[in-house]
Amino acid sequence: MLRDITLGQYYPADSVIHKLDPRVKLFATMLYIVSLFCFKGIAALLVISLFLFAVIRISKVPFKFMVKGLKAIMILMLITALFNLFLTPGEPVVSFWIFKITAEGAKNAVLMVIRLVYLILGTSIMTLTTTPNQLTDGLEKALMPLSKIGVPVHAIAMMMSIALRFIPILIEETDKIMKAQMARGADFESGNLVQKVKNMIPLLVPLFVSAFRRADDLAMAMEARCYNGGEGRTKMKPLHYENRDRAAYLIIVGYLVVVLLCRRFLPFPM
Amino acid sequence: MGIIKAKQLVHEYIRRDEEGNVESIQTALDHVDLDVEPGQFIAILGHNGSGKSTLAKHINALLTPTEGSLWVNGMDVSEEQNVLPVRQTAGMVFQNPDNQIIASVVEEDVGFGPENIGVPTEEIWQRVEESLKSVGMLEYRTHSPNKLSGGQKQRVAIAGVVAMQPKCIVFDEPTAMLDPNGRKEVIRTAHELNQKKGVTVILITHYMEEVVDADRVIVMDQGKVVMQGTPREIFSQVGKLKEYRLDVPQITILADLLRQSGLDIPVGVLTREELVGHILRLAQVEPPAK
Repeated sequence: MLRDITLGQYYPADSVIHKLDPRVKLFATMLYIVSLFCFKGIAALLVISLFLFAVIRISKVPFKFMVKGLKAIMILMLITALFNLFLTPGEPVVSFWIFKITAEGAKNAVLMVIRLVYLILGTSIMTLTTTPNQLTDGLEKALMPLSKIGVPVHAIAMMMSIALRFIPILIEETDKIMKAQMARGADFESGNLVQKVKNMIPLLVPLFVSAFRRADDLAMAMEARCYNGGEGRTKMKPLHYENRDRAAYLIIVGYLVVVLLCRRFLPFPM
Repeated sequence: MGIIKAKQLVHEYIRRDEEGNVESIQTALDHVDLDVEPGQFIAILGHNGSGKSTLAKHINALLTPTEGSLWVNGMDVSEEQNVLPVRQTAGMVFQNPDNQIIASVVEEDVGFGPENIGVPTEEIWQRVEESLKSVGMLEYRTHSPNKLSGGQKQRVAIAGVVAMQPKCIVFDEPTAMLDPNGRKEVIRTAHELNQKKGVTVILITHYMEEVVDADRVIVMDQGKVVMQGTPREIFSQVGKLKEYRLDVPQITILADLLRQSGLDIPVGVLTREELVGHILRLAQVEPPAK
């Protein structure tokens, strides 16, 4: 189950989206999220859907890869939908026992699910087309001004990229330890919540020990390769804007303007 | 002067309790002398805890000597300002392939070392391509390391070191976590680097089969260098190796047994071809009696 999370998994392909500067993609993702939470009306939703699916097509990432990310938030979506469905105040359309469904509730539930699905799809385009290293490079460069006030931007970026690199490894390790403990009779399934948490101890302790050992090894390997912080480092893939990046900025800003215009002038039927 | 020269090198792991009092001292290296000529292929053998990894970490300035001194390419490793140049001269490949790959894409990982030492961008690309080619991993340059086999990961790690253009590479048990195929890949790569690029190789291992092609074999036990010589010289002393809890290549044992049973086979046979040659020679002189 844990393997299904596609977040942070790069999908190598040769597309315009892959080549874009990570700063553009970060900025675009941010605007895209803003657009998701302030759109109104079917027209805007159409614009967003068109935009999203066009980008997915251009990115050349197979659609089923993106859908994998959705499975992980299935429960979250379900809960959100149910809460919205039953707990939104207003005129009840259907009511039985203590439950009542209002028109607003139904609308909100549908909207919320659409938002969450689009959110995951949109953000996974970014993580699937950008290597974590590029992503952190982008963050590092975008946040560089903060280092003047003493924020260790380089160190944070390095930590992030290492964390991303080790997520799949640690997941695999968790799986392995789990199986090893199950073979020794450990039980991760039954019991109430407290017991379940207690049962996790034989999983967590070896996992932590191994994570620390890995950290130690990795630090040594980095030192052996002359790593000594951000000073005097050059970049293999330095970031500089090209024409396509400028065009992408224009497109994404244009997109947000269109969504906002729809909100202003075509806010029906919602 | 050799590229690596150790003189009376001592390293002690000191364990302290919470108040900082010395709890125990463990001598990992005990007055080690070593002299490695440039371009050599040296193998260091030793049982667990013999100090061979500790020695390797000194060559890369990851540990500093407690006593004695060590020079890498004429630079004293205990001097602070030499640390980075030493690490650039002597690269290191570690045991666990997963724990030494930093980036999530093969080529970015190979570029990590050159980035750290401030190589200009175009040259980094050139070096990455060259070093991936030299380990035969060029076609995997855009892959994620997680999807590679152990041997392939280890070759990527080697490429990462090669990209820093070191004069010497220390392999600290690079094959301990690999399957037989991966082991062959890695050892072949090490030999290729040694022969084609003239890189000095120091291979630390406990697999006897991997050292038969080395120029010189050094056997360590309890922090001391106890045997030194060509593989043939070392492996002809089967009894002594057993004392240091080391195995001898199976083919050498077989040759030794044959010799003891009266066949005219010299000591220190290392490869199967060699033994076959000897047996054929004997068969021609005195055909096996029915």
